[in-house]
Amino acid sequence: MATEATHGAEMAEHGADAGGLVFHPMDQFIVKPLFGDGAVGMFTITNVTLWMAIAILVITGLMVLGTSRRAVIPSRSQSVAEMAYGFIYKMVEDVAGKDGLTYFPYIMTLFMFIVVSNFLGLIPMSFTTTSHFAVTVVLALCVFLTVTIIGFVKNGASFLSLFWVSSAPLALRPVLAIIEIISYFVRPVSHSIRLAGNVMAGHAVIKVFAGFAGLALISPLSVVAITAIYGLEVMVAFVQAYVFTILTCVYLKDALHPHH
Amino acid sequence: MEGQLAHIGAGLAGLGTGLAALGVGNVAANFLSGALRNPSAAASQTATLFIGIAFAEALGIFSFLVALLLMFAV
Repeated sequence: MATEATHGAEMAEHGADAGGLVFHPMDQFIVKPLFGDGAVGMFTITNVTLWMAIAILVITGLMVLGTSRRAVIPSRSQSVAEMAYGFIYKMVEDVAGKDGLTYFPYIMTLFMFIVVSNFLGLIPMSFTTTSHFAVTVVLALCVFLTVTIIGFVKNGASFLSLFWVSSAPLALRPVLAIIEIISYFVRPVSHSIRLAGNVMAGHAVIKVFAGFAGLALISPLSVVAITAIYGLEVMVAFVQAYVFTILTCVYLKDALHPHH
Repeated sequence: MEGQLAHIGAGLAGLGTGLAALGVGNVAANFLSGALRNPSAAASQTATLFIGIAFAEALGIFSFLVALLLMFAV
């Protein structure tokens, strides 16, 4: 990661020399230590740590403090917390089924963490933790391992019937089994890269237009474009968290009911 | 030379993400035409819509991954 930082600095210098962009659009994703300029190690407190901690504080404040008064007429924070709870509860119930509700706390935690991280990343000058593959791959691998373990614990060896499509003609089943197994193992790949890719691409596009805003001729146009893309990004931040969560529910449904 | 070929390959892999956009648009368009015929059933199918979009998008993500690998890993 230290090499990443030097790379970014080099690119910025290069841009300044060439008289073009004074910053690189990807500079915003550099992981740097909060205190001092040392190398980033396993336990260094970085800006990622800071913004993850802020995300946890925001979620705790919203979900614990917001609902602590339990008013009959909810305050604003209480109704946001209740809406989020009801939204995810209904999603788990609809997609994963009644018996999927056992795992509701995990899915709620995932959704709140991703949606709050995405929204915090939209604050100017902040750091988007979910734009890093390292973060989303860990989230997706946790989902993958959890779902696979649940599948084997709940169904035993008959979980493998997920790969044996019994509704297909017998001759096709081995071929389909191979395809099903491949598609099962690429789930964490697409699951994680979808989130990080969407968030990273959106933020990079905003920064590219911010670079254009330095040119006097097209600056009004690019400021309008930044505003429009920012609005789109607010939507993407929510939709990607929603898609991540709903796919978790789909995978959970496959684990609980593997029979086609 | 090899590095330049990798960049060309990454650009070609980028075509896949554009084609995935066609797929996602197709899913959304068909959902909308169905939803306009029977608006009362549309709300219950938004989850299916997003799952369909996610699966269509997954293949675009694989070509994006290939592009990333060609840019930074090869």
